[in-house]
Amino acid sequence: MRHTFPRYAAALALLCAVASATVARTAEYVALPGGTFESVLPADGKSADAKVAPFRLRVTPVTNGEFLAFVAAHPEWRRDRVARIFAEARYLQSWAAPDTLGAAVLPEQPVTNVSWFAAEAFCESESARLPTWYEWELAAASDATRVDARADPAWRERILAWYARPSTEALAPVGGEANLYGVRDLHGLVWEWVDDFNALLVSADNREQGDPDLLRFCGAGAITLQQRENYAVLMRIAMLSSLKAVDTTANLGFRCAKPAPSENTR
Amino acid sequence: MRFLLRLMRAAFVPLLFGAAALFWAATSPARGSEVPTDSLYRLDVPLVDQDGKGQHLADRRGRPLVVGMFYTSCHNVCPLIVDTMLATERALAAGGRGGVDVLLVSFDASRDDPIALRRAADSRKLDLQRWTLARAEPADVRKLAAVLGIQYRQLDDGEFNHSSALVLLDAQGRIAARTETIGTTDAAFIAAIDATLAATE
Repeated sequence: MRHTFPRYAAALALLCAVASATVARTAEYVALPGGTFESVLPADGKSADAKVAPFRLRVTPVTNGEFLAFVAAHPEWRRDRVARIFAEARYLQSWAAPDTLGAAVLPEQPVTNVSWFAAEAFCESESARLPTWYEWELAAASDATRVDARADPAWRERILAWYARPSTEALAPVGGEANLYGVRDLHGLVWEWVDDFNALLVSADNREQGDPDLLRFCGAGAITLQQRENYAVLMRIAMLSSLKAVDTTANLGFRCAKPAPSENTR
Repeated sequence: MRFLLRLMRAAFVPLLFGAAALFWAATSPARGSEVPTDSLYRLDVPLVDQDGKGQHLADRRGRPLVVGMFYTSCHNVCPLIVDTMLATERALAAGGRGGVDVLLVSFDASRDDPIALRRAADSRKLDLQRWTLARAEPADVRKLAAVLGIQYRQLDDGEFNHSSALVLLDAQGRIAARTETIGTTDAAFIAAIDATLAATE
């Protein structure tokens, strides 16, 4: 009996240590209210606003360090073991080895060269999913003070400036300036996968849109793009809709999203 | 003698298990080896068919399969997808020998329950010996579309915009051929089905 107390104490201490380590590593999510907003992709394919339910979004993109921990816990996602159906040959190619970042790759940099399947699997390991396009676009419409800064030409210029930077520059660590919701790095760091990347359906030729090719597209045909002055967002859609789920690029990363906590679990 | 009997009795049970295992291995060629790294059967897609029966996509391992996606309330392209596949079947050299299995999975997880799938199968008089109409959960529909290279998007009114493709999987679940020709048959796709069926026999 005399010995049980220290043993419990030790177990408790260990538990606390594990718990605090877990807390330290748990990704931070912030709540976004959702709502109705004017998307570049009309919800009815013509002009209707997008409706977004309240959700939570990861504050920063997933980093190399975080993805390395994921790969260690789920070795089927190592680049030397991943099934080819889930990721092409360039998957995680910038890392020094399948289980090592190496000197040139920093743990705080956003992970890139990840396929859509790998990004989904990572998010599932955080009990999350990739954000939908509308969720990402809604979050990315805000700046530090405004819910929707998209009509401000100065703001649009600032975002566009990023695209002029050479893509060979090393990626900055995550943790840029927060927007109104507290979300960081939506612009200016990496492209990001969205859950419905294969739902964007942009026709290559705008002239086709009045005359949807019914043999290719069921329903209302190709989507009409709105807000043509919003180039930065349109470029994202063009890029995302050109990708296959196994594709990886040196500038394409991701972050995860979760539904809003329900009333009884809050 | 008694010792020998005991020995035989002791050996009998493991022997029986061994024989059963051998028999199982011999009769389950699909499970005999690892699923290839480029096989769609690496993806776990739980499906429910038009009879309400659960199955996994990977259960189809061992036989060639044509996979497509559709939804039952669609009036433009989806009937054409079925028409195209029916015409493709009729054009197969292997048609007389049982043909190829066909699996159509719905985009519309909320409305296409087994009853709706069954109604669609009956109205098109599909041969359910080879055809399966199935539904999956939305996250699995998204993943299946991703491996098949099919784009789709639900609109406000519940309709879907989608691209159309028929994808031929070989017995191991690897993509052997793919066609986006809908409304008329694709000779190269038909030839690929014939070749894949012949290679599997």
